Amino acid sequence: MKTIYVDNNATTRVAPEVIDAMLPFLKDMWGNPSSMHTFGGQVAKHIDRAREQVAKILNAERASEIIFTSCGTEGDNTAIRSALLADPAKRHIITTKVEHPAVLNLVKELEKEGYGATYLSVDGGGRLDMGELERSFRGDTAVVSIMWANNETGVIFPIEDIAAECEKRNVPLHVDAVQAVGKIPMDLKKTPISYLALSGHKLHAPKGVGALYVRRGSKYRPLIIGGHQEHGRRGGTENVASIVGLGAACELAFKDMNEERSRIAAMRDKLENGILTSIPRSFINGNAEFRLPNTTSISFEAIEGEAILLLMNEFGICASSGSACTSGSLLPSHVLVAMGIPFTRAHGSIRFSLSRYNNEEEIAYILEKMPGIVSRLRMLSPVS
Amino acid sequence: MWNYTEKVIDHFLHPRNVGEIENADGEGEVGSLACGDMLRLTFKLDNEGRIADAKFKTFGCASAIASSSALTEMIKGMTLEEAEKVTNRDIAKYLGGLPEEKMHCSVMGREALEAAIKNYRGEAAPKRELEGKVVCKCFGVTENDIRRVVGDNALTTIEQVTDYTKAGGGCGLCHEEIQRILDEETAEKAAGSAGTGRPHPSPRGREVPTPLISGTPELTNLQIVHKVEELINTRIRPALQHDGGDLELVDIDHDTVYVSLKGACATCPSSTITMKQFIEKELRKEISPKMRIEEVKR
Repeated sequence: MKTIYVDNNATTRVAPEVIDAMLPFLKDMWGNPSSMHTFGGQVAKHIDRAREQVAKILNAERASEIIFTSCGTEGDNTAIRSALLADPAKRHIITTKVEHPAVLNLVKELEKEGYGATYLSVDGGGRLDMGELERSFRGDTAVVSIMWANNETGVIFPIEDIAAECEKRNVPLHVDAVQAVGKIPMDLKKTPISYLALSGHKLHAPKGVGALYVRRGSKYRPLIIGGHQEHGRRGGTENVASIVGLGAACELAFKDMNEERSRIAAMRDKLENGILTSIPRSFINGNAEFRLPNTTSISFEAIEGEAILLLMNEFGICASSGSACTSGSLLPSHVLVAMGIPFTRAHGSIRFSLSRYNNEEEIAYILEKMPGIVSRLRMLSPVS
Repeated sequence: MWNYTEKVIDHFLHPRNVGEIENADGEGEVGSLACGDMLRLTFKLDNEGRIADAKFKTFGCASAIASSSALTEMIKGMTLEEAEKVTNRDIAKYLGGLPEEKMHCSVMGREALEAAIKNYRGEAAPKRELEGKVVCKCFGVTENDIRRVVGDNALTTIEQVTDYTKAGGGCGLCHEEIQRILDEETAEKAAGSAGTGRPHPSPRGREVPTPLISGTPELTNLQIVHKVEELINTRIRPALQHDGGDLELVDIDHDTVYVSLKGACATCPSSTITMKQFIEKELRKEISPKMRIEEVKR
């Protein structure tokens, strides 16, 4: 059976171009970039090149502002801890209720360590209230941590405006941009962000590599203490092949961004409109206007997400759900709950997230199968 | 991804007895859309008072649908007295086990059945009402519900209570209360079921069941004997005989298999250790993670 993969906010296929770029560093050039001999040392310049490729997609001022990490979570942890350690007198963190667990659970942990935290709410469309942000700043606010785009709904936050507010008050801003990098253009030269975390496997690089942008002048403390790698900012021998892969993936995404953005958005819109018109009592979660081009979260009333996913799986369609049964907890997704989506809809939510490797035929196939899947489960449901 | 048994997947993809019986003799409804699962069960009796037909409608995940489907298959042909004795464990067992976190689906099945029987007897409305003190406000779980499930499944931790009843899976404010109930139940069990005189809803009393985990359906003793014999004869003895030794199956007591080593192996200290590790690993893989090997000196 063919696999129709529309779960790209979970992880993405490694691009063939990325694999090609990586292979030499697994096969022949396996030296340690820290070595004095040419065999190892020559590898270092490929890491530098990757650093430039990452800096370019962010439009960062300097490549030296990029530190390679193992994942988005490491970047988030490093950035927030750095900002807090910089000024021990400041004990307050501002974040949102809809962050990824990489940030949310870290901030909850920091609360246990004695920090205060404000969790900004979102409206029914998943959008922030800038007024609430402005009111939440305190004299001892150490850091603001806000995601660029939400992983479940794709809703984009106005990072430029948020950065301006933070800059006004001289409070560092950390942005979890894991879902946004490679999907929408960024300009860090113009946007005063202090820290920004990204993850390789969300943009067609392999799992196990990420990067943290640290604006020059921002306070920084390594999370992983060790050797002098990454200019002493992150100990541990470099994951060379994956770092090269991340660079190649950024270059690929940057090169095709405008074209792919509109192509993917058109497919997403077609999928979304097709579902909304062919399936009664289906609803989009999240403000449709301010969204990533690839993501849609759709709720089907009176049926449950895990059951929908397993029937989709029977047809080879891979997606995600914000239902309780798939999250491993008993409550539906914190993002949908924060948006005030009724539980009845949250339990039946499905997230479709597309990538450059999806095509029109796949969208048509999904549209052909979804009505039958939903009506089959609605026949079983005691609530009509 | 959940580790569902083939039987769960089969009952999910091909649910039996879907629908609602018109003019049903008994009807029971448990759960709610807000809680993430809901089951409506209807049944009809024949002239002899046996369940002639049972149908369900379920909102919920794959294991909720499969548990409902299994329940209707199980109770057909039963008298109400027999049906009353069906526990959530019987439903899980019928499905070859459920993931621990999904055991609450089997509990929902048992509760719907109970509600439908009560409804038939004129004791209750179809929609199950909460009786007694509500412990978990997030999911509407009462002290009676928790005690029943703790007793039926020999639960010992708060996490288990959450897996089996959902209680404590929301805000978490009731964890202390759940612990208190667990402590009381444990104390009572230790004191023997004569206990405090508080009525216990379980009609089956206090047997101590073993956990039902997906992939390791409970086997009867006879099935275990056959499996162990087969394993020893095909996998273990040939290897030992190759080294001039042999092994004899002496006895099986629950999860413990007693064997005796013979020939060259009997006097070799390292063979005892090797044998134990090898056979235990195989037995645990094939039968149950709890299997143990004991050597009997003859």
